[in-house]
Amino acid sequence: MHVPDGFIDAATSVGTGVVAAGGLGVSLRKAARALRDFHVPLAGVTAALIFALQMLNFPVLPGVSGHLMGGALAAILLGPWMGAAVVSVVVIVQALFFADGGVSALGVNVTNIALVTAFVAWPVFRVVLKILPKTRLSAMAAAMASAFVSVLAGSFAFVLEYALGGVGGAPIGTVLGAMTGIHALIGIGEGLITATALGTVLAVRPDLVQGVADVELSGTDTVPTGRAVTTFVLTGLVVAIALVLFVAPFASPHPDGLETVAEETGFASAAQEHPIGGPLADYQVAGVESETVGTIVSGIIGTVIAFAIGLGVVAVSRRRARSA
Amino acid sequence: MSGVHAHALHYHGHSPVHRLAPEVKIVAMFAFVAAVIATPTRAVWAFGFLAAVLAVAVGLAEIPMGFFLKRLSIEIPFVIFALAMPFVGQGPYVEVGSLSLSVPGLWGSWNVLAKATLSVGASIVLSATTEVADILSGFDRLRAPRLLTAIAGFMVRYLEVVVSELGRVRTAIAARLGDLSRRREAATLAAVSGTMFIRAYERGERIHQAMLARGYQGVMPAAAAPELPVRWSGMVAWAASAWVVAAAAILTT
Repeated sequence: MHVPDGFIDAATSVGTGVVAAGGLGVSLRKAARALRDFHVPLAGVTAALIFALQMLNFPVLPGVSGHLMGGALAAILLGPWMGAAVVSVVVIVQALFFADGGVSALGVNVTNIALVTAFVAWPVFRVVLKILPKTRLSAMAAAMASAFVSVLAGSFAFVLEYALGGVGGAPIGTVLGAMTGIHALIGIGEGLITATALGTVLAVRPDLVQGVADVELSGTDTVPTGRAVTTFVLTGLVVAIALVLFVAPFASPHPDGLETVAEETGFASAAQEHPIGGPLADYQVAGVESETVGTIVSGIIGTVIAFAIGLGVVAVSRRRARSA
Repeated sequence: MSGVHAHALHYHGHSPVHRLAPEVKIVAMFAFVAAVIATPTRAVWAFGFLAAVLAVAVGLAEIPMGFFLKRLSIEIPFVIFALAMPFVGQGPYVEVGSLSLSVPGLWGSWNVLAKATLSVGASIVLSATTEVADILSGFDRLRAPRLLTAIAGFMVRYLEVVVSELGRVRTAIAARLGDLSRRREAATLAAVSGTMFIRAYERGERIHQAMLARGYQGVMPAAAAPELPVRWSGMVAWAASAWVVAAAAILTT
């Protein structure tokens, strides 16, 4: 998900850079107000932890492994502002010191990986928790759903940026389909890790979890296993599917909306005429317009197929574990 | 006191680039990357000149080629991604053997490969010649938000602690649970992520109390980095040469 240099044109990089700087600035201020000076070492150490956890590889499918991205987990545990700030620092340090993710794509990466994931995960988690009975398993299901949706949202943010200023002329429909399919799988992994990690924290130090700070949760003090895990996984996935199917139609005019705004403000035309935009800029814009309906449909179909695969993998591995 | 990868990232030396003030190198790196990004994709010749500009910096920094190339390998995942572009791009297409490749896709591949390689190269020169703590104090002197550099400072300082703690936990898992299946191991590691968060939180609390005990009043004291000479002239000339190339490329395409 770390976008390298040269993938998004200069105008869009600068634009997302402004978005990222603004979002990060607000997050830092809000986080500082909530925690006073205590936030500095806390944020630093949790940033180090998220960096370390990203180094752990989890098997997703046979031969494919993924790692935690951490935006949803950070938001649920620390609250959206602090969570966004912490993951932003991780992304910035990765780009500047480890050359992971482009320096010019810093705005893109901070926006997609830190801001979008944290600010999507938080409300999803809160709303799902509000609907479900107030138990620890519900919190884990909400974590599963919010992590899944946040990863998809991050990938949608990338598709949007690619539509505005992507290089290489891949049709937006293809990009959307591929990104959605891959990130639906990644999202399931992210959801499982986030929910399990949250379950542990809730069992040991529930007072540390900002996401349930004002909610009285019932449930055992042990980490759930066996059937309980299946329950939260299935609940989380069903909620996530429902959310995606419910939100996707509303989100569908979104690229057009931004495009319109961009055109009205002269941003898009500047991007096109600018030599940096290159010869590819104009037909991508056209491509978005004509393919909007198709892309949304293909995105939804891709999501559902990926879900089916994911559910199948979970079911098969569970059965195998039981018979073994 | 620098991060876990600091020794792998940093190449110890006393070259003219090592001795430059960190803020000068940071500005130079950003200026170079901006020039690279602004260069039009089709001005293929310009990327040759930009590579030469980068090579000058690598040479002046006395970074061995092997070290440089090894660090450059971080971009391999992007390279694989970039190589897929000609296959998914739109027309017009060009026939190469039995393959039909998208022309915009080919240019896109080239764009990512050239620009990512040059930009990653520039950031390698920065991190190879500058200690992590010095880069952070450089950002401080460039008036980056203090809160951000303070958090980043804590992050790199405790990275080694947290990573080695994670290693100890994994050793403990192996010692107590023996050989786990990949799936069981993943489930255990996911639960451990939660425990690690609690440890990180409590560590943050302890650090904060220790800081208060030492008179912390909400603002980190400026890092006492050795004062390096701030010589802007060399850096301006270097970055300007990259911008001359970029401007020429923009004007001629």
